[in-house]
Amino acid sequence: MRHTISVLVENKFGVLARVSGMFSGRGFNIDSLNVAPTHDASLSRITAVLKSDEAALDLCIKQLRKLINVVEVIDFKEGQAVARELILVKVKASAQSRSEIVQIADIFRAKIVNLAADNLIIELTGSDDKVAALLGLLEPFGILELARTGRLALKR
Amino acid sequence: MKKTSTSPAAFPKAEIGREMKGADAVVECLIREGVDVIFAYPGGASQELHQSLARTDKIRTILPRHEQGGSFAAEGYSRVTGKVGVCMATSGPGATNLVSAIADAFMDSIPLVAITGQVFSKYIGKMAFQETDFYGMTLPIVKHSYLVMDVTELPRIFKEAFYLARSGRPGPVVIDIPKDVQQAKFQPVFPAAVEFRSTYATATQHATDDQLKHVLALIADAKRPVLYAGGGIISAEAHQELKAFAEKTNVPVATTLMGLGGFPETHPLSMQWFGMHGSAYGNWAVDQSDLLLCFGARFDDRITGDTNKFAAGAKIVHIDIDASEHNKNVKRILLPITSDIKYALTRLNEIAAAHKFSPPDTKVWHAQIATWKKETPFRYEKSKHIVPQEAVKVLYELTKGDAIIVTGVGQHQMWAAQFYRFDEPRRYISSLGLGAMGFGYPAALGAKVARPDKQVIDIDGDGSFMMNIQELATAHIEKIAAKAMILNNQHLGMVVQWEDRFYGSVRGNTILGDESNVGSPDNLGGLYPDFVKIADGFGVKGRRVHQKSELRAAIQEMLDHDGPYVLDVIVPYTEHVLPMIPAGKTVKDMILK
Repeated sequence: MRHTISVLVENKFGVLARVSGMFSGRGFNIDSLNVAPTHDASLSRITAVLKSDEAALDLCIKQLRKLINVVEVIDFKEGQAVARELILVKVKASAQSRSEIVQIADIFRAKIVNLAADNLIIELTGSDDKVAALLGLLEPFGILELARTGRLALKR
Repeated sequence: MKKTSTSPAAFPKAEIGREMKGADAVVECLIREGVDVIFAYPGGASQELHQSLARTDKIRTILPRHEQGGSFAAEGYSRVTGKVGVCMATSGPGATNLVSAIADAFMDSIPLVAITGQVFSKYIGKMAFQETDFYGMTLPIVKHSYLVMDVTELPRIFKEAFYLARSGRPGPVVIDIPKDVQQAKFQPVFPAAVEFRSTYATATQHATDDQLKHVLALIADAKRPVLYAGGGIISAEAHQELKAFAEKTNVPVATTLMGLGGFPETHPLSMQWFGMHGSAYGNWAVDQSDLLLCFGARFDDRITGDTNKFAAGAKIVHIDIDASEHNKNVKRILLPITSDIKYALTRLNEIAAAHKFSPPDTKVWHAQIATWKKETPFRYEKSKHIVPQEAVKVLYELTKGDAIIVTGVGQHQMWAAQFYRFDEPRRYISSLGLGAMGFGYPAALGAKVARPDKQVIDIDGDGSFMMNIQELATAHIEKIAAKAMILNNQHLGMVVQWEDRFYGSVRGNTILGDESNVGSPDNLGGLYPDFVKIADGFGVKGRRVHQKSELRAAIQEMLDHDGPYVLDVIVPYTEHVLPMIPAGKTVKDMILK
């Protein structure tokens, strides 16, 4: 089962190491991890997606709460949060295939953010399903590189 | 120099200090936290701090002969007093030598503040001489840690560090201070209180009355209840409340080794301690209980064996201050309660009194336990030689159970727990979660510094004692009358025992002397090394005893000596610690012979 947890932490030296070290040291598996400052520059929000059962998730949250620089931990249950991911994907594109790729991107309301002679970079924001669908369609053209933020989430 | 002590209560308000160096501010912070002794080994990156310590008469600075010894001594001090132990080392190798004690304090929830010097901040990350990333290195074994990059933060950081070390579930805190920060001049502001953005750090964990009434209702319905009491009882200073509760509810008590002395072992309700080498009756009672009340313990694998079969027929109540311990190892806790155990027990006693709680009829259960106790006590076979168990027993008799016992790690550690009886908390000082050999003698030094009025005896093995034997110098120079009783069997006894039981007695580097001439009570010529001579070299009095007839007098001589002492007791290596539940097995697999 995949769970999204949001961890509000003090924006201090070493905090990310503490959080990620807790995951690895206690044997939790992270699918994705995103961290950046919030509107309050003294705080950062870490959004992590974990694969675990309910019991392990519960332990993980309790361990996170024990870290002194952790201000708040939220476990987003299904439907409680808006979740999105941003990806940048570089796809192989010849003169022949380019228009077809652009068409696909349009349907997904994705943006072409760079164009080169033999490839282009697409930016997409969306839910897990949307991201997976676009990547599935681009696969046959040849995905050269992929960068993604991992899931970001905020409570509704 | 005569050292006077202070208490934290002497400084109630935030105060602005005079201009001083960072290092002086550190010492001022320590004084404000009530620190009266620090175990510290100097080096280039901590020299400033030692200079500042040299200028105060309020803190006794003890120089160990190895940083590991100093840090174990700080732990010994802390375990005996409940106060925060403080140790200090320089950067790089000085700091890395503190790692074992920090890990040990983490495992056993001991309040410890470890201060390290760090290279000049401009050199950090450059692989400077004696630089290690100590902050990074210790992340998995600290409750919290600090790398101080701004001198003005020192007072706040020290206030927080001491608060964190001793509050909630206690633990170690590391403070790493670059040399330039120690040298920087500033006007410190000493805060009166700590503030954290995390509400958890300062949260009060109290059980609700409903939860506690539920506990009492479960006891009222129980036929075979057992109290399983851990180190939390001791760190929360809840031993009197536990005794009152056990008596009120008439529930028998088995402690963990961390909880040893948290309930008087000579009490009729005591089943001593249980787990891998614990009492057979304690283990049987837990195994067959229908209600298990786990108070301030964490279901360690040495307690549970196979967690699926641990107390399989019991409803389990778990009261602990750390919610992350609920359902961690044993995953069928009926009633997990997050609470300070002293509060929970105090309130349980009040509620029980208010509701005129009457204990359930458990006559049959108590009769069963009495039979087990009578038929299967801790025991050993008599021998023509001194056996280690006997030495512990004689020590118990001669000290009338009133000594502070410190141990190394191995067979002797178990025998000390089996054959000395502990009626009070903070009397069995041992590295239990980490199991760090070499802990015994330095920890005994720390214990003796804290309690000069008590006999402090390190019951040690020849292997463990050797690991920090250099601390005999600290004992002599600092005039610390901690005594060592070495149960010398010339082997790494616990590993030998596993070899005998599970590896066909093949010796895999477990003989400590010359393999072709192994010393023993029957071969005194082969004994190696000569601990009495070593002690003599350090200026410490020592005696070897190998004859049974001389044991009592030899132990008495050790007790009567007014300085440090090494008693080298020659014992056969063939004794096994029993009972034994093999790792990962169940009570049914308990080896009794």
